[in-house]
Amino acid sequence: MISNGRYSLLFNALFTLFMVGPLVVVIGVSFTPTGYLEFPPSGLSLRWFAAILDNPDFIDAAWVSLKLGIASATVSTIVAVPAALAIGREKFSGREALQALFLSPLTVPTVVLGIAFLRLLSVLELNGTFVGLVLCHAIIITPFVLRLVLSSVVGMDRSIEKAAISLGASNWTVFRRITMPLIMPGIVGGWVLAFITSFDELTVTVFIVNPSTTTLPVRLFSHITQTTDPLIASVSTVVILFTVALMLLINRFYGLDRLLMGETK
Amino acid sequence: MKSPQNMKPWLLSGPAFVLFLVLLLIPLVMTFMLSFNSFSFYGGIEDVYTFGNYIEVLGDSYFYEIFLRTFLIALITTVFCVLLGVPEAYILLRMRPLARSIMLLVVLGPLLISVVVRTLGWAILLGNNGVINELLQSLGLITSPVKMLYTSGGIVAALVHVMIPFMIIAVWAALQRRDPSAEQAAESLGASPVKVFTRIVLPQAMPGILSGSLIVFSLSASAFATPAILGGRRVKVVSTTVYDEFLNTLNWPLGAAIAVLLLASVLVIMLSWNRLIEKRYTGVFE
Repeated sequence: MISNGRYSLLFNALFTLFMVGPLVVVIGVSFTPTGYLEFPPSGLSLRWFAAILDNPDFIDAAWVSLKLGIASATVSTIVAVPAALAIGREKFSGREALQALFLSPLTVPTVVLGIAFLRLLSVLELNGTFVGLVLCHAIIITPFVLRLVLSSVVGMDRSIEKAAISLGASNWTVFRRITMPLIMPGIVGGWVLAFITSFDELTVTVFIVNPSTTTLPVRLFSHITQTTDPLIASVSTVVILFTVALMLLINRFYGLDRLLMGETK
Repeated sequence: MKSPQNMKPWLLSGPAFVLFLVLLLIPLVMTFMLSFNSFSFYGGIEDVYTFGNYIEVLGDSYFYEIFLRTFLIALITTVFCVLLGVPEAYILLRMRPLARSIMLLVVLGPLLISVVVRTLGWAILLGNNGVINELLQSLGLITSPVKMLYTSGGIVAALVHVMIPFMIIAVWAALQRRDPSAEQAAESLGASPVKVFTRIVLPQAMPGILSGSLIVFSLSASAFATPAILGGRRVKVVSTTVYDEFLNTLNWPLGAAIAVLLLASVLVIMLSWNRLIEKRYTGVFE
């Protein structure tokens, strides 16, 4: 194995600085005791973290985002798992078109999806409702669930299923007792990635929320475009810590590389 | 009458299909039709069909400039993602497993953190009283702040930060299938590290670079949060223009026409890029 040379390690160090720098700055700023954004902070204070508690609109928005992420990831998983079983195992005409359709939200510019959803929801008079948000988010995140479930469906050993069928198990029993446990890593990985994607989504959501269903990214966005105070940094720090905790959990049980890059090795 | 066996895949994918039909295909068609409607300030959206919006967008140098700026930003972002992402992916692959798994968290982790939060970091870095300007001033390198916030350059810097994980993932996937013994052979025959990289690693990384570039370019061309926060109304791109038409001016038909043009140009670029890749790489494996 060829190891990295001195210049490679220097490059890697600078690259790490580039990737981590902006996040470190946000976290640093959030501890300032002053009323403006300063880095490095002149002192250490939790003043702006306490201020979050005085701003119920951020907390309300965080709850909306949390519920929205859970609901839309669940809806998406429920429709994507059977679809992945069909696409991954059956040979039928229209199979490739169907797969392309389910992956298409990755290709269509998000701003186009945003206005398309806005148009539909305002015709249906569902604009700004939680149900509308859940359904639209389900569309955006389904490609992620489908891809991960599909990769575990394709990689699955079918001989155990055949054994169960030959021993007289019903279709439903085979699915519940054998297929589902075997593809569970893909389902869980897909659900988590879908949840995070929904939790972070801004571009589509900004078109279809109203004040009572404002999500955390939309709340942060409209705050940043109006004023910049350390409150925005402290809320962002909480978001970073929450995401990093989730990330470490995924990395421990599933592998971050596997989640984001598919099966490696 | 179809046999039950033929129906099975459609029954399984039926729920997802209905969801996508109602919530994706129909709204996209509705948006397309909306782009032909006309709009008046007092009457709102009028149910007539004209090419008026398209003529307005295509004939106005204001919109022309916005489209040009958007695609230039996307192009430069893509170039920087290649220049930084390809060597980084190669370095990652040559690391020891423990160092590599830590570095993967650093490189891929930001992908999961909200784009709004990441862009906020850049806003703090780039401002006139921001971290970079203060640092350069205290080092005596500049005397007055350099304007970086509300410039295309600032947007590119932040977009590279947001998009580069996608490039690294694509190049990583391509390089993982390579045979490291070719590099070792070249090195043992006296090739310099630069030569090994350009003559052996780069050709093998090429399919990953091409597919990664496509992802980075199309995502950058339609990015919203980063240009909206770092460019505001001063540096408008296509997606922020659509946003303004829909939520501020309320001229939905015009906004829809701009969005349709964005979708069409992204699709055209993607399809021709794909054809280019196919042309270049068919025959290689035959």
